[in-house]
Amino acid sequence: MEKKRHRIGSKVILGITALFFYLPIIYIIVFSFNDSRSLTKFSGFSLRWYEKMFSDRTMMEAVVYTIIIAVLATIISTIAGTLAAIGLSRSRKALKNVVEQVNNLPIMNPEIVTAIGLLMFFSAIGITKGFMTLLLAHIMFCIPYVILSVSPKLRSLDPNLADAALDLGATPLQALTKVIVPQIMPGIISGALIAFTMSFDDFIISYFVTGNGVNNISILVYTMSKRVNPSINALSTLVILLITVALLVVNVVPIMREKRRKKV
Amino acid sequence: MRQFRSMIYPYVVWLAVMVVVPMLMILLYAFTKEGNDVTTFRFTLENFARFFSDAVFLDVLKRSLVIAIVTTVICVLLGYPIAYVIASGPEKSKMFWILMITLPTWINMLVRTYAWVGILQDDGLLNKLFGLLGIGPFQMMYTTFAVVLGMVYNFIPFMILQIHTSLAKMDKSYLEAASDLGANKVQSFLRVTLPLSLPGVLSGITLVFLPAVSSFFIPKLLGGGQYVLIGNVIETQFLTSGDWNFGSAISLIMAVIIMISMYLTKKVDTDPAAEGRRE
Repeated sequence: MEKKRHRIGSKVILGITALFFYLPIIYIIVFSFNDSRSLTKFSGFSLRWYEKMFSDRTMMEAVVYTIIIAVLATIISTIAGTLAAIGLSRSRKALKNVVEQVNNLPIMNPEIVTAIGLLMFFSAIGITKGFMTLLLAHIMFCIPYVILSVSPKLRSLDPNLADAALDLGATPLQALTKVIVPQIMPGIISGALIAFTMSFDDFIISYFVTGNGVNNISILVYTMSKRVNPSINALSTLVILLITVALLVVNVVPIMREKRRKKV
Repeated sequence: MRQFRSMIYPYVVWLAVMVVVPMLMILLYAFTKEGNDVTTFRFTLENFARFFSDAVFLDVLKRSLVIAIVTTVICVLLGYPIAYVIASGPEKSKMFWILMITLPTWINMLVRTYAWVGILQDDGLLNKLFGLLGIGPFQMMYTTFAVVLGMVYNFIPFMILQIHTSLAKMDKSYLEAASDLGANKVQSFLRVTLPLSLPGVLSGITLVFLPAVSSFFIPKLLGGGQYVLIGNVIETQFLTSGDWNFGSAISLIMAVIIMISMYLTKKVDTDPAAEGRRE
């Protein structure tokens, strides 16, 4: 009897938690289909805000910039971070400690501090604020996450493996691409996924280092939200959809592949 | 073994340029005045004096700290039972609920914060629900309530996940031992479960307090333009008034406060008294 009551209590707590987390998300999706401008009264189904969004040049540009930056930052930071992590795993202890500490700085620091540091740095060296500064900043804050997710995989890797490959006549490049990288692939993939979502969702750092009309989705939502503009709901729904699909693909595809392999 | 060692050097250079130099620039600007002083290295404490002698800024600092602390406390009080319920469920539901908690954190924070605007408005969903109960309507948008709610909503997943991790790692045989030795449920929770999950609570506290104290778009979106926290002051200094020296000084003050609070949390974690209880 007591156990049953306990179970009902747990269900209530979890139900409220799910409601709390998902109500706003569902709310914004529902109101993106609202016929009127109101954020509180649903007056009928319509796709007008989607039409407006797709015909709005600034919004579409922001979507394109967000995706291009996220893809480029992910590719570059995943490659650079993986190479750095491999180098780090073979470095002397003193250097390793220093690099690990500095590598953690962008993760530990409040984002706004990283943002203003980069803002001042970019203007000191005279790069025009815009696409380039945005990309550099995104690479900068993505690499540490790639390193953090690749390093544990390298730690559990047998260090003799690469040496064995070299002894057997592999070139260093072959040893790297054929022996080390396949072994740490799960770490690289999860690092790339973190990098992609960090870049895709970033607001604070992007907001400070961008310029010249180059905006990403977050900056656009921030600047547009000062006035009631239901197109934001449509844009938000698009963002939610993109990220959910990306997450599902990353999480579900390996499971499906695993299942198919088992069947064969 | 040494083969790939040199691969770290490009990253060392990158870190020095992209991470260390910007941090040093903040320090440099914080301790200098506008104009030629930055390049001639004439150091001054004027920026800090200006901050600490102005009641407006001190009020903002105090409000930021209070809101961050309130947010953190609420996250512990709500996050602990949620994490506990998840951790004590069967394996399959555990995985499902962890996914449910993690999923929203992958969605753009700005979008999730903006989503509350319609719910909190005077004729919004929440007030309509209150109306059904015969209370309200309350003004919620542009109040401290909305700001704290926005922060709890954005940051509580970190708390839940941290506490859950430490609860899941716990050896269940301790609980059996406690009940064998005659402890009732409350006693074994207070004496076994709670102390063992304390590290998770503490790392959750840092993960919530840090973004809460430096947040600036949550107060802007849900608190309105008049609602100023320390992050908003930094934003204004850099993007509106263009006073980088003062802005750097304020962010340095904020960074020091965060470092102190992290140090204190760590100290509780390694406190010998807590150590003793854990054994």
